[in-house]
Amino acid sequence: MAAISTPGAPGTFRYQLGSFWKDFSASRGALVGLIFIALVFLVALLAPWVAPHDPALQDRSALLVPPVWHAEGSWRYILGTDAVGRDILSRLIYGARYSLSISAMVVLISMCGGIFLGLLAGYFRGWVETVITRVMDVVLAFPSLLLALGLVAILSPGLTSAMIAIALVQLPYFVRLTRAAVIGEKSREYVTASRLAGAGHMRLMFNTLLPNCMAPLIVQATLSFSTAILDIAALGFLGMGVQPPTPEWGAMLANAREFMGSAYWAVTFPGLIILLTVLMINLMGDGLRDALDPKMKRS
Amino acid sequence: MTSQTLTMFKFILVKLAQLVPTFIGVTIVAFAFIRLLPGDPILLMAGERGISAERYAQLQAQFGFDRPLPVQYWEFLKGLLHGDLGNSLVTHSPVVHEFFSRFPATLELSLFALTFAVIIGLPAGVLAAIRRGKTLDHTVVGISLTGYSMPIFWWGLLLIMFFSGTLGWTPVSGRISFMYFIEPVTGFMTIDTLLAGDWGAFLSALHHLILPAIVLGTIPLAVIARQTRSSMLEVLGEDYVRTARAKGLSSYRVIMVHTLRNALISVVTVIGLQVGLLLAGAILTETIFSWPGIGKWMIDAISRRDYPSVQGGLVLIAFIVMIVNLLVDVAYGVINPRIRH
Repeated sequence: MAAISTPGAPGTFRYQLGSFWKDFSASRGALVGLIFIALVFLVALLAPWVAPHDPALQDRSALLVPPVWHAEGSWRYILGTDAVGRDILSRLIYGARYSLSISAMVVLISMCGGIFLGLLAGYFRGWVETVITRVMDVVLAFPSLLLALGLVAILSPGLTSAMIAIALVQLPYFVRLTRAAVIGEKSREYVTASRLAGAGHMRLMFNTLLPNCMAPLIVQATLSFSTAILDIAALGFLGMGVQPPTPEWGAMLANAREFMGSAYWAVTFPGLIILLTVLMINLMGDGLRDALDPKMKRS
Repeated sequence: MTSQTLTMFKFILVKLAQLVPTFIGVTIVAFAFIRLLPGDPILLMAGERGISAERYAQLQAQFGFDRPLPVQYWEFLKGLLHGDLGNSLVTHSPVVHEFFSRFPATLELSLFALTFAVIIGLPAGVLAAIRRGKTLDHTVVGISLTGYSMPIFWWGLLLIMFFSGTLGWTPVSGRISFMYFIEPVTGFMTIDTLLAGDWGAFLSALHHLILPAIVLGTIPLAVIARQTRSSMLEVLGEDYVRTARAKGLSSYRVIMVHTLRNALISVVTVIGLQVGLLLAGAILTETIFSWPGIGKWMIDAISRRDYPSVQGGLVLIAFIVMIVNLLVDVAYGVINPRIRH
């Protein structure tokens, strides 16, 4: 932590990072969120070593075994088993891989696409801007989950289609934010100076403007990440996303639904882990916004 | 016409004109939907049983797939403007009819959900702002952040497990007990039962509404509480509030008259913007509670590959969202004159 306790001169990257970290870590919620998400990522990465069982292994002698704190529960299956005798804890651990990696891809796709379109719209203005913003308005006219469902129906249900559909639904938010930020920055002196120095369109857009528009985009990326986890789970729950027997959290809930009268644990834990993950990302996002938004900054 | 109504009128016209490109875009998306499906749409619709060559040609002519695309789009648009969105492949009745016979169920559920969200979210946000930094504030902020992060399909299952399963208080699914048959007049079960003068049926309808309305209202509740709190805090910091306090007005009067009224401007907008969220949430809520509204209808249509219904549903829902957003914009212009100019 030496870099943080001895910040560089104002204006340097190290100074900015240090001041960002000071603001971010001032919020206890944001720190808790960050630690939780880091843990979930770690567990997902190390799934084969951390998970007590194979997530697909069906133990016919242990159907719907309750969690360990019940009289009939056992340490063998800490969170119990589902209707075909699979260990719920192991499935949740492997499920984290799907939820996190699909959501990360969603954010990556929609952020890159959104930044590109937003830069074009904000930089060139005119008809380019009109076309791009109109198309985004159309996307926003549909309730997001509905549009995603329609797209999945076209692409046929599955992991990739769910990913593409949700990325497309998230796209307009990135486009709007980038465009607004670019329009705000474009008339500033440093941009004019760079243009007078002979910078071309590409250099102006990606090297000069983009780095100065990143703050709101990073905040939006965390928001999109939590929305993506929810939407992926919702599609899985409706049978339109990741298909069984893949241990995706939403699909696990859908499978467990018919046993909710007799086996509450099969329903409770997948939903709880979705809620916790989304909640922690949102906490982290709030902290990021406070630390990155200059208007909120205590000076 | 006074100049004020004239400005308002112009404001509405401009907003309407801005909607036209989006409207056309939505129709293009819906038109493209059936044509983007992988494979031949008619063979897809016919399903696994296959189809005779005669019937194929007949269907192709019926859907107009044999004509050039611009002509097909023009026909689609003409039908749309006449309220014709084709027929459902499953029930063979007009899609528009199918949609609007189920729409009141979704509307009733959404209105109850929104009422629930406003009745609890608004006071919670106000109280949190007044008690800023106190336990109550932290509780409201924490609960609303949790509600905002809630996977509502799971939330619905939990509530069913507890209230319907363990306690046996509420029904699991449907809009009304099988004991009652109510002739639909308005399509709103609560109103129709009252019109029929059947108290038992009315209570049964209310009973069926409670859990789905709570589930659907949870996220809007969180959003409204959050927005109310932050705009109250913003207004509480304004000079005129300090002046009102300095004049010696009671804190009740300062909060109710000077702060809340101004804070409500942004809250009203946020409430209006929940409509898209409610319709998306209705898909999940209706699936969980077997609520016979358009959300469940859309899911059924997708899984039965009833493409004309999916197409029609996409267009109609997008229109509803657009119109409500327009109304919200206009309402915002009415309560906040600065926007009009």
